[in-house]
Order: sequence, then structure tokens, then C-alpha cells
Amino acid sequence: MTLNGTRAVTVGILALQGDFREHREMLERMGHRAVEVRKPSQLEALDALVIPGGESTTIARLILSNGFQGPLRAFCATGRPVWGTCAGAILLAKEVDRLDRPGIEVMEISVHRNAFGRQVESFEADVEVRGLEGGPFRAVFIRAPRIDAVRPPAEVVATLADGTIVAARQGNMLATSFHPELTGDSRLHAYFLGLAEAPAGIRH
Amino acid sequence: MAETGTWAVKVGLAQMLKGGVIMDVVTPEHAKIAEEAGACAVMALERVPSDIRRDGGVARMSDPQMIQEIMEAVTIPVMAKARIGHFVEADVLEAIGIDYIDESEVLTPADETHHIDKHQFRVPFVCGCRNLGEALRRIGEGAAMIRTKGEAGTGDIVEAVRHMRSVMGDVRRLQNMPDAELYAFAKEIQAPLSLVKQVKAEGRLPVVNFAAGGVATPADAALMMRLGADGVFVGSGIFKSENPPLVAKAIVEATTHYQDAEVIARVSAGLGKAMPGIHVASLPEKELLATRGW
Repeated sequence: MTLNGTRAVTVGILALQGDFREHREMLERMGHRAVEVRKPSQLEALDALVIPGGESTTIARLILSNGFQGPLRAFCATGRPVWGTCAGAILLAKEVDRLDRPGIEVMEISVHRNAFGRQVESFEADVEVRGLEGGPFRAVFIRAPRIDAVRPPAEVVATLADGTIVAARQGNMLATSFHPELTGDSRLHAYFLGLAEAPAGIRH
Repeated sequence: MAETGTWAVKVGLAQMLKGGVIMDVVTPEHAKIAEEAGACAVMALERVPSDIRRDGGVARMSDPQMIQEIMEAVTIPVMAKARIGHFVEADVLEAIGIDYIDESEVLTPADETHHIDKHQFRVPFVCGCRNLGEALRRIGEGAAMIRTKGEAGTGDIVEAVRHMRSVMGDVRRLQNMPDAELYAFAKEIQAPLSLVKQVKAEGRLPVVNFAAGGVATPADAALMMRLGADGVFVGSGIFKSENPPLVAKAIVEATTHYQDAEVIARVSAGLGKAMPGIHVASLPEKELLATRGW
């Protein structure tokens, strides 16, 4: 059992490059088991998967060179929760500008890389997350992407005050252009673990 | 309210670079090779450290036009170097929109007493260190990322190993130290007491810590990761080798799979000649770069 009384689960964090340690520590603080994933064979034993922040071109290259693309697509289709933060969101999107190699391409969203500018434009801001109790979420955006379009079955989950889309959900999959793992706020990690759904075709 | 230039976003970019390789590049073509190989960032400069060492003279910030051409060539973050204490070079780099500034001992220091007051900038800084005290002094001045100094441009890993072992060893020592002894320890290593207390509480540096200075092979990169580095900088090691694209890719894979000797063996095979090295112990003291800064 976890600290807040839910069942403890095993969550993998794709650890090819990026801030996988911050996700691992957040999940462990919540009472879950967290595993750094560097080989496709590790995916089978997981209840959920996080694709962390990092450099999307680097992670995309390592996904291909390590034979992860097919196994990650298959994992997303099992209905187990999958969450991409920042670079991870870029990799989940079906449409991305200026990414010269394919990612995982499973969510019906269009993502614009580095949409807010270079590092000096990186920022913190409050975002409203639909269905999240406890008030606005203080979000950290690092050379962040923007979600330009969300097509069904994907839906908008969070926006900035000016309406810019910064989070989207499609069934068991979640994409955020910011980094909840860099804050002390575990509400989005808890939200993500609640996204499990039966895979298509074997719904109860 | 959106806020830029906060400590969280400065430290945050370094968090995103972890587990990755930052490569020195001198042309847009190099930068594209580095990005294609999987570099998580590039360091734009006019000469790699081994050439700076060979040429002698005064080494300064690179031409902003050359840096901007590299910024336009790639989508990954671009870093550039300013001289120690040269806050106007840092102003210039911030003005052209660089993603990270390396206040670097590889360039000729501009100030023998004061490093740059890095808190005054929106752009984050990385600084070199040889030990925990030096790391915490730089963080106290506002550095949002730390790297070992190593001995740049030599291809000899021995100094980077010495510096990483020193930092990690002191972090471990601190964790077992009674609180009453922290005051004298802070004085001994000449570091701010508040940061010493923070390192004891968290069991690690408050910012990301990369290895730099002498990394020339995939095994060198994995060695530094095994010693506790969060990622690696490779300077002359890639573009002074016989086959830069292959060496660059191999070092990226070895950094991800630093605990997996089979992967390191596979990517190390058939790379051609590594950069020609200089044994650090053979260098006269006045030619050492790591002793610049305090």
C-alpha cells in the first residue's frame, strides 16, 4: 500500500536520457516501486510507464538504436498508463515540427518544439488541470513544447491563462509540456496512475 | 503569473541534460554531426581545448556570429564559454540568446579574484570544480550546474577522476558528520555553511554534476558515470578522433548504458584512432588549466 492508501504499483521510467531520477524519486516518495528502463525486455513487468523530460532528439535516436519503438507502441496499446513529460510528450505525439526521426507517434496531438523560445524564456506558471483537485498546479516549463492541436479521441487537460494547451489525454495516455517531477507536488503523478484502462477489444 | 529566469528553470535545464553527452563543436557542420549522433547539447567555440593548448596566447569568448550560426544549425541547446570573471562576455552571450554559459578555465581568466556574479543573469551558468568546496563556492555565486575541471584538451581522464572522487568522497564524508562539526568543515573547504548543510541533508550536490576534461573514449564516459557523474562533456575527444560521427554515437550509447559492459564493448569496437593524448603528469605546472579559478 502507498502512503495515501492506494495499491502500490511498479512504474517504469524510460532511462535512456533525461530527468528519469526525479520521476523515480517522486514515485518512490508516494510509496510505489520505480524501475529505470534501459532495455525493451523490462517493459513487460510494468504497471505503468513514464517517458521523462530530456532532449527529444537524443531520446528519439536512442529509442531507435535500442529497438524500443515497436515495444513502446505495443505497451501503449495495452491500456496501462503512459505519461510523457516535455520531451516525452513530443515523442508520444503523432505530429511534431522539426524532429528529424520518428518517435512513438501514438497520440492524436500536434506538438511544436521549443515553442516558447530558448532557455532565457523558460518559465514557471500556474496551470488549471481539469479534474485535478486542490487548486492550480505550479508548472515548470523548460524550453517547452506547446500542443497546437488536439484531435479526438485525445482531449485537452490543461491550459495556460492565455488558452495555450499544455496537457492532453487520450485514454490511458497523458502528455504534459511541463515537468511535475521538478516540483514537490505529486498530484499529477497520482492522476496519471489512475489512467489505466482495458485495452481495446477486451473491455469489461 | 509567468516568471522567467527562476532558480527552478535554471537548474531545470541541467536536469534535462542528465544522462547525456554535451559535445564541443567549432562549426555548424560539427554541430549537426553532434546532434545526429545524439548529443543532448553542444558547446560552441572557435577552437577545441587541445588546439587552445597547442596555440597558447590568450583564449577569449568566441565570435558571436559563429556562435549564432551554430544556434541556427541545431534544435538542441547551445552553450558557449565566457572567461572566468568576464561578466561582459556573459552579457553578450545572454544577449544573443545562448542557452547556457560555461564560465570556463579553458579560456584565459579575466579576473584573478572574482568569478562572475551569476545570480544577476537570467541565463544559467555551468562552472568547473576540483573538489566540493570549489563546487559550493560556484553554486553560492549562482552556478546552476557543476562539472569537474579535469584537464581539458589532454585526452587523459586522470584529473576528471581525481576531481569526481574528491567531490563524491566529501559528499559521503559529510553525510556521516555530526551537525556540530559542519561549521569547521565549511571553514576548512571554504564553502557557504548553508550549502554544506543542504548537501548533508540531501546526500548530493544541490545542482546537476557532469564530468569534463579528458574524456576520450566510450569507456572513459562510462567510468565517469560509474563514479557518480550525471552526464559528460566531451571536448577534443570527438572531433580530434579519426571517425567523429562513430565516436560521438558510441560515447552517447556508453553514457546511457554505463552499467552494461556488453554494450560498451560493442560500441567501442572498430572506432579507429582516439584523439592523440597528452599525459597530464608530463605537463609543466604553468600549462595546467585546472588551477585557474579558486
